[in-house]
Amino acid sequence: MSDTLLSLDGIAKSFGGVRALNDVSFGVDRGQILGLIGPNGSGKTTSFNVLTGLYRPDGGRITFDGAEITGASPQAVYRAGIARTFQRSRLCLELSIFDNIMVGNHGRLNQGLIHNLFRRKALKAEVDAAYAEAMALATLFSPNLGDAMFEPVGALPMIERRRIEICRALIAQPKLLLLDEPSAGMTHDETHQLMSDILSVRERIGGLSIIIIEHEMGVIERVCDRCVVLNYGEKIAEGSYQEVASDRLVQEAYLGSA
Amino acid sequence: MTQVLSRVPAFAVAAVTILLGLAFAIVFMEQESDVAVISLVALAAVAAWLGTRAGVADRVSAAAVERPGSIALLVAAAMLVLIGVFVEDHFPLLMLATVMIYGTVALGLNIQFGYTGVVNFAGAAFFGIGAYTSAKVVDSGLPAILALPLGAIFAALIGLLLVIPVVRTRGHYAAVVTIAFSVLFKTFLEVNDTLGGPQGLSVGSMKLFGWDFGDSPTFGDFEASFYLNYALAALVMLALVFVLVRRLERSWLGLSLDAVRLDETGAACYGIGIRRSKIFAFVLGNAIIGLAGALYGSMQGYVAPTSFTFSDSLILVAIVLLGGMGSPWGTILAAAIVVILPEKLQAIQEYRFLLFSAVVIAILLFRPAGLLPRGVRHYFPPLRKGAEP
Repeated sequence: MSDTLLSLDGIAKSFGGVRALNDVSFGVDRGQILGLIGPNGSGKTTSFNVLTGLYRPDGGRITFDGAEITGASPQAVYRAGIARTFQRSRLCLELSIFDNIMVGNHGRLNQGLIHNLFRRKALKAEVDAAYAEAMALATLFSPNLGDAMFEPVGALPMIERRRIEICRALIAQPKLLLLDEPSAGMTHDETHQLMSDILSVRERIGGLSIIIIEHEMGVIERVCDRCVVLNYGEKIAEGSYQEVASDRLVQEAYLGSA
Repeated sequence: MTQVLSRVPAFAVAAVTILLGLAFAIVFMEQESDVAVISLVALAAVAAWLGTRAGVADRVSAAAVERPGSIALLVAAAMLVLIGVFVEDHFPLLMLATVMIYGTVALGLNIQFGYTGVVNFAGAAFFGIGAYTSAKVVDSGLPAILALPLGAIFAALIGLLLVIPVVRTRGHYAAVVTIAFSVLFKTFLEVNDTLGGPQGLSVGSMKLFGWDFGDSPTFGDFEASFYLNYALAALVMLALVFVLVRRLERSWLGLSLDAVRLDETGAACYGIGIRRSKIFAFVLGNAIIGLAGALYGSMQGYVAPTSFTFSDSLILVAIVLLGGMGSPWGTILAAAIVVILPEKLQAIQEYRFLLFSAVVIAILLFRPAGLLPRGVRHYFPPLRKGAEP
C-alpha cells in the first residue's frame, strides 16, 4: 500500500463561465497535515466540496485510500472515511449536543427498522455505548460539554459549537479530516486552544490525516507539514510553510505584484 | 408557588394536572350553551397561562422525561374514564372517537413534516383513500377488519405516485405538488362512478371476530352507544401509533429524519440518505393516515368527496402546527381543540376556517413551537443530564 492517502489529479470545476478550479493536483500522505491556503475566492472551499461529493468535478480524478471516488455521492465519500467541518457551522441548533455528535456517527450505528423500533433493549445498549464514546471525546475538548450533552446546541457559544462540530467529524473515526476555517468567528486565543485540542486528539487516535483551510497563518505555520497555495482556482505553490511563504507568486497573490 | 412545587415530585404534579384535565373535559363535554362553552375555554386558557407561569408546565414536562411510560398510561386511563362517562351518549362518543382518529392522522403528518420536513397538503386525500378502501372492502365481502391494513397499504401505495415529485423538489414546490394532488383526488372521486360519484358510498360497519361495531354493546340491562366500539378501537389505534411514533423519534432513525429536515447538505456529508429518509417518512406517514381513514369511514357509515377536500387537509396541517411540530402530545391536544371546539360552539361553526386561519397565523407569530413545544430528544429515560458521571 502506498503512503499516499488522497490524491487529486487535474481537478477542474466551472460555475457558468467562472473556472473555480483549473487543473488542480495535490495529495496527502497518511498521517500528514496539509494546509490549503489562498486568498478569498481562490477555490479552497470548492476543493472541499468537490472532494466530498457535493459538487461533481468537470474533469480530473480523485483517489482515496486506493479507490477512485471521483464524482461519488457525499454519502459514499463519508463511508470511504472522509469527514469534514464547514466554514459556516452546520450544526442542528435545536438538537442536543449528543444528537449532533451522533449525526456524525451515522455510519457506525445500526439503522435497521426492526432494531430501532422493536429491539429497544439492544438499542439501549447501543445508545449507552455511543454515549460513553461521545462523552469521552467531547470532554477531551471541553469538560463543560459533558455536563450539557442533552442541552440544545443553539444555546452554546461559538467556540463550543466548533468543538462539537469537530467531535461530530471525529466520532466516525475517519481516515481523513477536512477542516474548513476552524478559526472563523473565534478569537486568537480560542483558535490556539482549539488547534491544541485537535492535535492532542489526533495523537490519541493516531494516523489521522488532516487538510485544513485557514486564513490565520500562525495556525498554518504551527500545525501543517506541507502547504498548497491556490489562487484563482489554480495551484501556484506547494511545499513547507517557509517555502511557500517565501515564494514570489504567493506573495504577489496575497499582497499584489510590486 | 414555584418553590413549593419543586418539593412535590414531578410525577405527582403531572398526575394532578391530568386529573384536572379529565375533570375539565367531562364538565366541558356536558355544556350546551355557547356562553358556558366560551367561559370554560377562557377558564382553561387562564389556567394554562397561570400554570405555565407558576412552573407547573415545567414540572409536567420533567415528569414526561423521567417517566414517559407512566404518563402515557395515565393519559390513556383518563381517556378510558372519559369514554366511560359518556358510554350511553352517541354524540360525545362520536366526538371523542373523531378526536382520536384526527390525532392519529396528525401523528402521521407529524412524521412527514414535523420530523423530516416533507410538506404534505394532501393529508385529507390519504385519509380519504383509507375511508374509500374501507367502503370497498366491506362491500366486496372480505372480512371487514381487513379494511384497516388495506387502507394503510393503499394510502401508502398511492402516495408512492407522488414520491418522485415530492423527493425531487423542495419546500414550496413539494407543497404545490401535494396541493395539486389534493384537488385532483376530490375531482377524481366526483367523476368516478364506481366510487359513487358526488354522492359517495355507504360503508358497512367494522366487524371483529363476529363482533359487529354497528351493534350497541349490552351488559345485562344496560345498553351502551354503538359508538363505544369505535371510541375504544380509536383509542387502541391512537395508543399503538403513539408508541410507534415515540419509538421512532427516540431512535437513530428519528435522529436521521431530524438531520434531513434541519440541514440536507450536512446530513448528506455524514452519510444520511436524503431521498431514502424522505421516502420512508412519506410512506410511513401516509400508511398511518390511511389506517385512520379506514376506521373513520366505517364509523361514519358513508364516505363522500366533500369530506376529503383541500380545506380538510389544511385543518390537519393546522393541528400539527397548533400542537407543535414534532410534539406528539401537542398533536393530540391540538386535535382535541380543533375537533371539539367548533362542534361545541355552534356560533362559530360557519366561521371555523376563518378562525383556524387566524389561530394558525397567531401561533406562527407568537408561539412558533406550538402549544406543547417539543423538547430535546431523550432516547431512554435514565439517559439524561446528571444521570451519568
